[in-house]
Amino acid sequence: MGDLTYIAIIIAKVTAIFIAVISGCAYATWLERKLLGRLQQRMGPTYVGPFGLLQPLADGLKLLFKEDLVISKSERVIFAISPIIAFIPGFMAFAVIPIGPPIELFGYTIPLAVSDLNIGILFILATTSLGVYGIALGGWASGSKYSLLGAIRSSAQMVSYEVSYGLALVPILMMAGTLSLHEMVSQQAGGWLGIGNWYVFKNPIAFLIFWICAIAETNRAPFDMPEAESELVSGYLTEYSSMKFSMFFVGEYANMLTAAAVMATVFFGGWNGPIASGPWWLVIKVIFFMVMYIWIRASFPRIRYDQLMDLGWKVLFPIALLNVLVTGLLMYLV
Amino acid sequence: MTSAASSKLMTINLGPQHPATHGVLQVVLDLDGETVVNATPHLGYLHTGIEKTAEDKLYYKALPLTDRMDYLAPMSNNLGYVLAVEKLLGLEVPEKVQYVRVLLAEITRLNNHLVWIGTHALDVGAMSMLLYAFREREMIMDIYEAVAGARMMSSYFRIGGLAKELPADFDKRVNKLLEVYPDKLNQYEDLLTNNRIWIKRLTGVGAITAEQALDLSLTGPVLRSTGVNYDLRKTHPYSGYEKFDFEVPLGKNGDCMDRYSIRLIEMRESLKIIRQALDGMPEGPYKADAPGIVLPDKEKVMTEMEALIFHFKIITEGFKVPAGSYYMGIESPKGELGYYMVSDGGTKPYRMRVRPPSLINLQALSPMVVGGKIADVITCIGSIDIVLGEVDR
Repeated sequence: MGDLTYIAIIIAKVTAIFIAVISGCAYATWLERKLLGRLQQRMGPTYVGPFGLLQPLADGLKLLFKEDLVISKSERVIFAISPIIAFIPGFMAFAVIPIGPPIELFGYTIPLAVSDLNIGILFILATTSLGVYGIALGGWASGSKYSLLGAIRSSAQMVSYEVSYGLALVPILMMAGTLSLHEMVSQQAGGWLGIGNWYVFKNPIAFLIFWICAIAETNRAPFDMPEAESELVSGYLTEYSSMKFSMFFVGEYANMLTAAAVMATVFFGGWNGPIASGPWWLVIKVIFFMVMYIWIRASFPRIRYDQLMDLGWKVLFPIALLNVLVTGLLMYLV
Repeated sequence: MTSAASSKLMTINLGPQHPATHGVLQVVLDLDGETVVNATPHLGYLHTGIEKTAEDKLYYKALPLTDRMDYLAPMSNNLGYVLAVEKLLGLEVPEKVQYVRVLLAEITRLNNHLVWIGTHALDVGAMSMLLYAFREREMIMDIYEAVAGARMMSSYFRIGGLAKELPADFDKRVNKLLEVYPDKLNQYEDLLTNNRIWIKRLTGVGAITAEQALDLSLTGPVLRSTGVNYDLRKTHPYSGYEKFDFEVPLGKNGDCMDRYSIRLIEMRESLKIIRQALDGMPEGPYKADAPGIVLPDKEKVMTEMEALIFHFKIITEGFKVPAGSYYMGIESPKGELGYYMVSDGGTKPYRMRVRPPSLINLQALSPMVVGGKIADVITCIGSIDIVLGEVDR
């Protein structure tokens, strides 16, 4: 493979993934508003375009034209940088998600992921936990008390959940014997009805823990502590406006999409499906998890900060550890 | 605040501009981390001077002011006011009027509790409940509109009766409500009562003892959640409440969970009262026969000289109320709503003092939240059920 072609392909893949994720974020907001509206006896967006489909565009434009407030008491530089810190990791993590089976093009075999890292899972764990720095720094740098409380909450929440988040994946890694997402996906092909080899059936407890932690990790209801509208006004976001606000916003949705894609890839067979395996199955699974995010948000009250800690350390952490132990034991015996 | 001055505590102004303070309540919180050390509510941001304004209004013109205090329970406010003035006048109203007043006051209780459950759930984070509760409230708003012409500020009760005859489809509307509501209440319970997060957020939060509640002279569901059986509908029946069969739910722990369950049971009891009032509604006139106080029928005004004179006199100069004073307390959805009316024998109240349940129950906020978390402050404000229009008047 020539160097130039190689670079061109990489650039093309990066661009494609970036555009896909960012438009995915835009339409995730549309889906959220529409679905949440329907769940709450409302219509959701209807005016901008058919079914309000152009609403994300209108929202983006509106935010672009908003005044970019500079708070006099803020730490200017960190205040400006932290939205970027929150924005990037969500996109970075997507680099290792295998979108589909490798394709043949111009005589080359191209894996359908920006990078086929052999430590994909570790890379995802590393990048997704970076996002919290943006939130913590941004909240602190705002110079507002509500923002500060939101920032403290988010870092405490991250510490409590990151552990179980990682531990939930350990049994799967033990069973798969690899850290590469590509290999994991290919291991999950076939089986009963084409879904029998999915890891969610082999270790459902790991999936449940991972799911709960993923919701907490992405600061979504009922674990939306750092925002907690009714308590902290908007938490770390309180003082942000204009593009800085929208970067935080898109970052949150990118993190949600990443978490959904990781769940689909690790536990639900990635692009494998019962029939006609391909990238569309990944899309369907991601949409499913996004819908679940929204449904959960519509149904549950917000859990309290200290109760969240209890849940993280006293419930999920021991269960995750036990799950590692039991899985290991079963693998040794069977 | 000497304690706040020490560097360990953080003082935070919760409100008056805050999404969850139900209007313009300001609570100054001293926080140690997220734990509340001190909580001081500051009032007065919505002061409207209603009590003073009433002194400059004819008795019947002061009535619409009462709607505007607790705007979620307009009919209850009207009821307290008209009963107090009627006592001063020594006026008896027909039985039908009593029944209609009880029926509408109970519908108002539903209205109030629906908005309460919606906003309280929203405060705790269950956002959908707000819209479900408002969907059901719409039926009540339609009933208000049908009887009074206005959806929120109904001002339907009059001194000596009602503003006008009930609409023809009143029975149908109320029957529909009675049919729909039990099922909807079950749905709310499905969504909240058995939800583990909801239970965790409410149980043991904002607990007060019966002694504390009595010392602070709390009333309504906040008092009854501590196990004190005090409901003016039972202890000092007014407007014919003694004829109705209903239970007064009591709590044990005095926490937010008890207040929540009490209000849900109260809604079911209200439905029972509404059913009884609708079925037992007697025939009769919709206002008392009291020339010079109650407006004559429009037909008579057009045909009879005497009626025309009374109409003219009542509208222009009002009616004189014998000198004296009377305190009338009713069980509004939020607690004991009292009107202390003083008359000097003129056509305007000499003094109208309102005992607002919201204000007095709000005193309990500080003992409830100290030692809790910030999130508990929001839960407790919601759980006390305040309307700032009534707190500040």
